[in-house]
Amino acid sequence: MKLEGKKAIWNDYQKEIADDNYYYVRSCVRQNFFPGSETAFLKIMREELNKDVYEHPCHTSCSGIGYHSDIVPVETTMTIVARQFAIMTEAGYENLMPSCITSFGLYTEILDTWHHFPEVEEKIRRQLKKATGREFEKPKNLAHASDVIYKFRKEIAAKAKYKLINKNTGEPLKVVDHIGCHYAKMFPSKGVGGAEYPYVLAGMIEEWGGRIIDYPERRHCCGFGFRQYLVQANRGFSIACSKEKFESMMPYKPDMIITNCPGCPMFLDRWQYVIKEMEGKRYGQNGEGIPVFTYEEVAGLVLGYDPWDLGLQMHQTDCEPVLDKIGIEYSPEDKYNLEVVPSLSGRHKLINV
Amino acid sequence: MNKFGFIITAGRQIDYESNNRGLAEYIFENEPSFRLCIECGGCSATCTTANFTGFSLRELNILIKRGENDQVRRNLKKCMLCGKCTLVCPRGVNTRNIIVLAKKAFLKSDEYAI
Amino acid sequence: MTKHVVVIGGGVAGLEVAGQLSKAGIEVSLIEKEANTGGHLNKWYRLFPDRRYGSEVKEYLDRMTHKRGIKLLINTTIERFKRSNSLFSITTNDGKELSADAVIVATGFDLFKSARKEEYGYGIYDNVITSADLEEMFRKEHITLTNGTVPETIGIIHCVGSRDEKVGNFYCSKLCCVTAVKQAIEIREYLPLSKVFCFYMDMRMGGAHYEELYREAQEKWGVSFIRGKVSEASETIENKLLIKVEDTLAGRPLKMKLDMLVLMAGMEMSDGGKQIAGIGGLKTGENRFFASTDKHIGSNRSNIEGVFYAGTCTAPMNITETISHARAAVLEVIDYLKDGKG
Repeated sequence: MKLEGKKAIWNDYQKEIADDNYYYVRSCVRQNFFPGSETAFLKIMREELNKDVYEHPCHTSCSGIGYHSDIVPVETTMTIVARQFAIMTEAGYENLMPSCITSFGLYTEILDTWHHFPEVEEKIRRQLKKATGREFEKPKNLAHASDVIYKFRKEIAAKAKYKLINKNTGEPLKVVDHIGCHYAKMFPSKGVGGAEYPYVLAGMIEEWGGRIIDYPERRHCCGFGFRQYLVQANRGFSIACSKEKFESMMPYKPDMIITNCPGCPMFLDRWQYVIKEMEGKRYGQNGEGIPVFTYEEVAGLVLGYDPWDLGLQMHQTDCEPVLDKIGIEYSPEDKYNLEVVPSLSGRHKLINV
Repeated sequence: MNKFGFIITAGRQIDYESNNRGLAEYIFENEPSFRLCIECGGCSATCTTANFTGFSLRELNILIKRGENDQVRRNLKKCMLCGKCTLVCPRGVNTRNIIVLAKKAFLKSDEYAI
Repeated sequence: MTKHVVVIGGGVAGLEVAGQLSKAGIEVSLIEKEANTGGHLNKWYRLFPDRRYGSEVKEYLDRMTHKRGIKLLINTTIERFKRSNSLFSITTNDGKELSADAVIVATGFDLFKSARKEEYGYGIYDNVITSADLEEMFRKEHITLTNGTVPETIGIIHCVGSRDEKVGNFYCSKLCCVTAVKQAIEIREYLPLSKVFCFYMDMRMGGAHYEELYREAQEKWGVSFIRGKVSEASETIENKLLIKVEDTLAGRPLKMKLDMLVLMAGMEMSDGGKQIAGIGGLKTGENRFFASTDKHIGSNRSNIEGVFYAGTCTAPMNITETISHARAAVLEVIDYLKDGKG
């Protein structure tokens, strides 16, 4: 493989990412499955990088999950998104930063639709005004939270306590990067690195000391996609997609997987357990699974945050092998300690425990 | 096992490397004109059986070439050996002989069967 | 008074035009941007359909243009191209001023830059090459992978850069299918133990003896033809290339690992031609090649009186057609000059 060829393509797909004053919109499902991720992100942005990240309590789900499940009609979704923009405008912000990849894809798609069909935009403005009395300005900059971390990866590397290197062998960790489909595949020009060889996560890993694995099914969807797995019997298709990826990456012996979508790590993490139950197969070394992380968790780990504060105990596939390889200090006995609620803003004692 | 209410869907790709192409090689050897087939479908168009069953000689030829022998064996008995396909073929393939050789191959050896 | 014609481009069309004009008693200046004449012909080893050596055609063209008093300006490009009354004034990059009674543009084509098809990994994966790269291997009689070993399975992908909305080329480059068949046969000739697979959307064998070559490839050389557009290629851990294609005639997707992948790069309007179009005010068509004024009876005529086209600068064509087109251009010029124009 010739890296210069890839680098040439990465140069072709650069995008504008705002450098401060972000309006943050959260993900519906991420906070359940990976509770530490968004908190870690906000801590990194506000305390480590001194950025202004604003969240408004009135913001809702973008309804992308309903739209992609064929439950919410597109005009309703557009009006909901218009409301998100209205709240952002009211708060005085122009740089939209969604936490979820599907949200990012949805916002990009809607802005693109309105660009080509201004009459639709007009209609949505009228609908929003009628329904809520709100008016909005379109965001000047739309960047996914992983784009922002990518932009500041060098600053994070400068403050990093750990590197993604195996402390026993001195070799960089082998990392598989998995990009959400809605990030690059829908509008390749809106993704860092394009659709074929996305660079947003690869850039982070390289800067933090790891080594990216390029394997044949790199581009394959993990199978999330909403519509196919809502019905229980259809989940066979979803799990088959993840399995295809695992089979393809196994010969490369990866140490960990990094993702930027909320759904992908949930699938890649949980499906490893399901495949082990159904077929008895494991994809990691020494009969283990391959730990799956969100990029916020990886950023938090290299900065030295406590793994249990980051919420890693909620992962189905144990993360300890990677923590040990990197040499991160953590206390195994505190993993499920319910007496203390882990939190990045300080430890709180639970009341009535 | 179905522990969770679904099974892992099996892939349907033709895995070129893993398939056994012994049947194809046997037919290529004994009927060199088989190499000329461009899968135009003229044979299937005129076929008496194709009218009423799912049999398609064009499809069978591809399956033989790719080594999907199981499907070939199941469909062979549908051919009536009328020979209309041979009359139509623009490339001059002896199409009837392909069926005959395939039947012979399956009788001779279970190796080509699954 | 002897008329003077400037020929822009010293490839197959340019050389034939220059030679024929000279034979007809017309003074010729031939401008070529590279250090050598011959254009793409210098890169082809053996030509379809009969696999004769390209160097023989080059020798003929050299004989045509040798010792006829043709002024050859190599390493030369054009800065200005203006018509004033009935004469054309052409200024070269090193300051020479030429005055011509007529001009023939023969700027030819450029091969599609296959790196633009990111999904095939040209320039990224070790063993993905283009048809031009393969031709160079034939010339050296040395077909190997980057690690020096001999490939056993080779895949050829048709329509790279042609018939493709994604890269902006809707047209068919006409010659890639027959080139693929020719190269498939040549690979099988050099590497008798190899297996060759051609992945096509359609087999366009529309020239004399092309269909027979296709038949020979199947019958004599056992080349496999799989109908389906390869969507992507990936490198496996053994450094092979895993391709994904639908075997459309079987109605199922197909996965295959190959040692080497050859991309049939299409033909595009040359950069030199685009520059001439800009400074000379010459019209190009939707496919970005020069637009002749009439597709049937005026394929050599441009939108400017006295400027004519020869060869692949108007459309993809093979060497036979290029030489015929060049001769037709000469006839048009002779006709034009006879009428007292210029």
